[in-house]
Amino acid sequence: MKRFFPIFGAITSALLAFALYEALIAAPTEQTMGNVQRIFYYHVPSAWTAFLLFSLNFMASVQYLVRRNRSSDRLANWIVIALGVITCIVAFVVKLPDGIEPSSVASTGIAAVGIYFLIRKYFAGDKLDAFAVSTAEVGVVFCTVVLVTGPLWARPVWGIWWTWDIRLTTTFVLWLIYVSYLLLRRFSNGSQTAVIASALAIFGALDVPLVYFSIWFFPTQHPQPVIGDGGSIDPRMLRVLLLNWVAFLCFALLLCWARYRLEVLRREVDETLALESLLDPRSSR
Amino acid sequence: MKFLFAAYAATWLIHTCYMATLARRFNQLRNQIKEIAERKS
Amino acid sequence: MSLFRSITATSLAKDVRLEWRSKDAINSMLFFALLVVVVFSFSFDPNAEESRQIAGGLVWVAVLFAAVVALNQTWTRELRNHVLDAYRVSPAPANSLFLSKALGNFIFVCVLEALMTPLFILFYNLRALGPGWQLIPIAVLGTWAIVVNGTFFAALSVRTRAREIMLPLLLFPISIPALLGMVEGTTAILSGQYSARFWIALLIAYDVVFTIASLFLFETVLHAE
Repeated sequence: MKRFFPIFGAITSALLAFALYEALIAAPTEQTMGNVQRIFYYHVPSAWTAFLLFSLNFMASVQYLVRRNRSSDRLANWIVIALGVITCIVAFVVKLPDGIEPSSVASTGIAAVGIYFLIRKYFAGDKLDAFAVSTAEVGVVFCTVVLVTGPLWARPVWGIWWTWDIRLTTTFVLWLIYVSYLLLRRFSNGSQTAVIASALAIFGALDVPLVYFSIWFFPTQHPQPVIGDGGSIDPRMLRVLLLNWVAFLCFALLLCWARYRLEVLRREVDETLALESLLDPRSSR
Repeated sequence: MKFLFAAYAATWLIHTCYMATLARRFNQLRNQIKEIAERKS
Repeated sequence: MSLFRSITATSLAKDVRLEWRSKDAINSMLFFALLVVVVFSFSFDPNAEESRQIAGGLVWVAVLFAAVVALNQTWTRELRNHVLDAYRVSPAPANSLFLSKALGNFIFVCVLEALMTPLFILFYNLRALGPGWQLIPIAVLGTWAIVVNGTFFAALSVRTRAREIMLPLLLFPISIPALLGMVEGTTAILSGQYSARFWIALLIAYDVVFTIASLFLFETVLHAE
């Protein structure tokens, strides 16, 4: 496994370089916005990656809390499967908003269930918590990128740095919640960190839909600048977008992997030091 | 467009800072492990 | 069920009695709230029309900061004589402890609001142009939103190193929808230009979701060691 890391690193760097070339040079120039639109190829994949990482953290947090006893664990498994099934059914029965395919909703549901059980299989106990902190940290990094590139794109195109529209605000609140999550982890004592951090992650996840709805109604009292969100996308641009997304996903995977290994190693070292000081208080600090 | 370059540069700046943080922490751990090994031997 | 209710009532009565005798939190909260009102009055000196637009935000921000002062000492009192450990070991359901703390904080913050609101009305010459009675459900629901999450996060942060600063850091991001609901609802009623019904519905949804979540997770957090 360890040998794979540098190879994967090399592949990812090559992918990122190629994606950068595609984004800056090969992709066609947008009609109305000009070259500034190319920020889109970094902004959107970073946003999708950040949301994916936060979802992984949420799943890991839920798992950490339910796996503390067997009955809740089994119940949670069944609930997850049921949610997957319901998503598949709903995708084909309910009329979805424009542009969203039923098959993509269904496959997302199935993928989510699959990822939940994969996490369950490969990460247990402390490792689950290390997984949670890795995804949270890397998620915050990518979310920061989104929040920085967003205004840099908005300013030349729409003339404003920021507005309290629904997606910007939801992303910003998500960033705030996860920064507070990381601060909570940093300031808490070792034994309780995992539990209280998981509780906070769950609260954060519950909050996001509420944020979405509250901002949805906000514009009626505060007129918002109209942010054009053009209909369909040129297939050549879509190709470059997806390429960049794959490249950034690989990069996120690399970062999470490195952070995870760091965390596992750190815990081992802490345990060793603690054991040392227990066994022989004179020789250790 | 300077905004375009600023955005791309900012992205990689943020990622580089994070990777540097990870590298620094790895080095700290490596030093700690070396100390423990020396103490044991 | 009656055991739950009696334990909650007893805990609540104990907290209220302790507070009534020492008047620690109430005094500090009151004075803090008064100072906030005065500082805001100096900083923002709007005319009647403007004041109706901004008063909602000012009042609720002031209440939020004052509530944090109260919430911070919610659990620290329990740590002092190992009372919290005694609770953990006792067969009393953890939720009754949480509920009593939350209700106690709710009462304190409501008292605070009752005392601050006339001051605000005075300094800003406020008069509601919309249905004024709707301010009551907004105040009640909004206060409960702050208090229920605040009590839960206070329990989380009491175990951390930077205890006092941790609570606002955790509470403010999560409270954004509730804050928006309170501020926009109040502004809607004061200015009379919009209906506050959506905001009241949002606050109800927020309160239901987070009360259930807090009750669900409190036991886990209490026994988190």
